[in-house]
Amino acid sequence: MERIGVFVCHCGRNIAGAVNVKEVVDKIRKHPLVVHAEEYKYMCSSVGQNIIREAIKKHGLTGIVVAACSPSMHLETFRTAAVSAGLNPYKVEMANIREQNSWVHDDVNEATKKALGIMWSAVNKVAGDQPLEKVRSSVKKKCLVIGGGIAGIQAALDVANNGFEVILVEKSPTIGGRMAQLSETFPTLDCAQCILTPKMAEVARNPNIKIYTLSEVIEVSGSIGNFKVKIRKNPRYVDIGACNMCGECEKVCPQIVLDKDYNRSLTVRKAIYIPFPQAIPAAYVIDASHCHGVGTARCNECAKVCEQKAINLFDKEEIIEEDVGAIIVATGYDLYPKEKIGEYGYGRLEDVIDSLQFERLISSTGPTGGELRRPSDGKIPKRIAFIQCVGSRDLQHLPYCSRICCMYTAKHAFLYKHLVPDGEAYIFYIDIRAAGKKYEEFIMRVQQEGRVKYIRGRVSKIVQKGDQLIVHAVDTITGKPMTLPFDMVVLATGIVPNTKEIANVLRIPLDENGFLQELHPKLAPVESPIKGIFLAGVAQGPKDIQDSVAQASAAAKKAVEILSKDYIEREPLIARVNKEPCSRCGVCVQLCPYHAIEMTPEGAKIIDAACEGCGTCAAACPSGAIILTNNEPKQIISMIDALLVQAPSVLPTASSSTNKE
Amino acid sequence: MTNLADKILEITGEDVYLCYFCGKCGAGCPMADKMDHLPYQVIHMVQLNDMNALNAKSIWICATCFTCSVRCPRNLDVARIMEGLRTIKVRAQQQTIDLRKVEDLEKLPPIALVAAGRKYT
Repeated sequence: MERIGVFVCHCGRNIAGAVNVKEVVDKIRKHPLVVHAEEYKYMCSSVGQNIIREAIKKHGLTGIVVAACSPSMHLETFRTAAVSAGLNPYKVEMANIREQNSWVHDDVNEATKKALGIMWSAVNKVAGDQPLEKVRSSVKKKCLVIGGGIAGIQAALDVANNGFEVILVEKSPTIGGRMAQLSETFPTLDCAQCILTPKMAEVARNPNIKIYTLSEVIEVSGSIGNFKVKIRKNPRYVDIGACNMCGECEKVCPQIVLDKDYNRSLTVRKAIYIPFPQAIPAAYVIDASHCHGVGTARCNECAKVCEQKAINLFDKEEIIEEDVGAIIVATGYDLYPKEKIGEYGYGRLEDVIDSLQFERLISSTGPTGGELRRPSDGKIPKRIAFIQCVGSRDLQHLPYCSRICCMYTAKHAFLYKHLVPDGEAYIFYIDIRAAGKKYEEFIMRVQQEGRVKYIRGRVSKIVQKGDQLIVHAVDTITGKPMTLPFDMVVLATGIVPNTKEIANVLRIPLDENGFLQELHPKLAPVESPIKGIFLAGVAQGPKDIQDSVAQASAAAKKAVEILSKDYIEREPLIARVNKEPCSRCGVCVQLCPYHAIEMTPEGAKIIDAACEGCGTCAAACPSGAIILTNNEPKQIISMIDALLVQAPSVLPTASSSTNKE
Repeated sequence: MTNLADKILEITGEDVYLCYFCGKCGAGCPMADKMDHLPYQVIHMVQLNDMNALNAKSIWICATCFTCSVRCPRNLDVARIMEGLRTIKVRAQQQTIDLRKVEDLEKLPPIALVAAGRKYT
């Protein structure tokens, strides 16, 4: 016979304000299995926990119910207290009479009745609970980092420096990401390459880090501590170890290709190329979509001149399998395409460029060698307009603020004034959001030293007139419409995350704007809802380099927390299959969000390590063959009984005294 | 009368509180030069329940070309708000015209005629 104890929390006035605590304590004693019931102001306090411990020992309780807040708040607190008094932690249940009762009702009679119902059903449930032990599984001491931008680089370095192996997967031929394209960085105006390339080199020489470039993660299964990962490594056609970057191949390559990626279509490159001189891995790569020789060796000019014999035109893609304990996702962003914004020229006006193109134009490694020349005719622009919030904060495009544009636009205008001291720079803005350390000071410096003209007003349209661009705006401060001619316009286009494919592969959710959803916006900003998968950089939300690096270090720390464990403890509250009634229909296999069920000739089989205990399969199984541990059908029926029959019989509606009409 | 913003919401379904005064409506307005208050300024007056919004010349100068409505980043139908303000005036019978009495009717540009017809009758 079970001996159940019930402990009712007042939670100050939070519960006691709406529930007659004395009455529910008195009435729950009538439950045939309840041998002890008491109340206290704050059950979660150490005094409250002590009350529970003492009662368990004194009354020889076999299970307890704490009627208080949501189990997501304090279930672990009470489980720990129960364990220290010798009770199995799975014989502890919470009756949520706060979030699901006192906070949402003000009729004391009704709330008291409902509280008793919830408590009675929790008593019925705990009576049917099995005492369980946590399941232990081993941990693969390796971390997968997806994305080789600054966030991925930082995360990989941090994990590796803690002594764990890292697999760094990058889609493009080099690591470095967006930051490698930037000229200088706000608010300090450090040259981006100067602070990024040492980190890239550190990644390359760290013996714990293995870099897979031109690679994509195509399949992930398993769970925290034991993920199985499939990576598709696309052919590079150049042996990384053998290539000595002499550049002879590039000289003889006959194929000239628009450099869409690194230089954002502002210049050309060859079909065999290096994205930029400090690329990691330091080796040439063949752009298969433009090379004539790939797979046929018809052209073969590059291979002929390569003294190192590094070129293999018959290189094939490889599928690599890795086992890892934790995953960090840092897939970064793209700019919102300016082709989508009709009033700013649909990307057709040659001298209307986006912010990353401007970065390339003023970068010393850029297509003009750091001299600012406009794309159409190479003229140095004497009048330049920067337009903020292009696509961002616009319900027709991106509803969110991209966060970095105010700062990089100020930087752009400032760098422009350095390059063209007699030029005039206008910034069209609607708000200046400079909320960061030394950010507002930087804006002030740009305004004062740069003599930059800030116009508060959103530009309505840009039209070409001769070799000039006419910007239609209004100065909302004076209320005067203005039509101004410029030589060049730079659009601060918003940022959009690169997350769709990876979210599908990892089965992690996206928010309404396509950014990776974090577990909690404030208290768990680097955790994904799936245990063992962590988020870093712009893939999770718009942020600058500073914040990306900080988040990457945080994600790395979370990953190390898992990797440094000897084993992972898992909840035993998982699904079980009763093979007898299973008809092998496969509904459960399709529905399981964690891919934790496989179909065998004997019936469905649960992969214990992957099951999260969500109960979807148990609810869907048409023959009732799947049961969720400690949520057995008879327990659930007994809980419904408690709410509908047993509790009301002890405390009848009796709402004659209520003031309800 | 109730609050002007609520009245506009009732008549047009447009919530002027969405406006963040970026100025894009005024920047693209072909009639802006002729207006005493630019569209976002009129909307600001409505937000502040300033009845002068009803006396702004701008609401009659608006040609209802919908450029502002198409470009508004907060998806406000600005032309419709102007129409709402005109409706308030017209319902109060303070402004109507009889097209039959307009002189030089044939000299007026058709779009002005259509716009005037929509607004004043």
